[in-house]
Amino acid sequence: MIRIVYLGMLADLAGRGESEFGATTEEIDWADLLALLESHMNRHLADAIRADTVKVALNGKVLLDREDLSAKHGDEIALLPPVSGG
Amino acid sequence: MKLSAPADVRILENGFSVGEALAAFNAGHPVSGGIASFVGKVRPDGEVKALELTHYAPLTLPGMEDIAGRALERWQLDGILAWHRIGTLTSGQPIVLVAAAARHRRAAFDATDFVMDHLKSAAWFWKRERRGSGPNGGWHWITPHDADYAARNRWDSP
Repeated sequence: MIRIVYLGMLADLAGRGESEFGATTEEIDWADLLALLESHMNRHLADAIRADTVKVALNGKVLLDREDLSAKHGDEIALLPPVSGG
Repeated sequence: MKLSAPADVRILENGFSVGEALAAFNAGHPVSGGIASFVGKVRPDGEVKALELTHYAPLTLPGMEDIAGRALERWQLDGILAWHRIGTLTSGQPIVLVAAAARHRRAAFDATDFVMDHLKSAAWFWKRERRGSGPNGGWHWITPHDADYAARNRWDSP
């Protein structure tokens, strides 16, 4: 399984805070992730995640370039829209 | 209350007393010539019924610790405190408390300012507010203003 965590407004679009997907191939990359979200979740979510301002963390580390994503069974991917604290 | 030194960084699920936190911070830094602090609160606004802050545990606390660590490297400080609420808050409640203890005031002021600017737009928190009531009410996500990004960026080019 690969766990996907939706933060901020992405959780609203997903209708949940996280989902788990069985990995059908050895590893999934950024394009695979978008395709997975579009087919199993919804298009609005996939479109929102395409925005350049959305960052991606793999197992608690933010990727410098999200297109370098390579996730396998047991990994956790977090989708991080722009933050607002304080 | 015992604080960690030189940095006490916390994510709090429940309300806290600013007075008790600052008293403990003051007691923990008896040799400091000055302590500067900033309290961020939920602004009273007729439309806004509640504010909700969420975080992502694997990133949020390490990210706050990194910000506090950078302040300690950049200024001569005796200590720094950075506390941030998560959960649901209502008008007047404190969201964030930052304090810096130093021998001299300028370092304390600047470090507090630096940490706040980074917590606003570079720490892993997401904020939404509930406006209106009943069936017309709804949650609205808050994104930082351009001024918040500009405030943070000014520290990159001293």
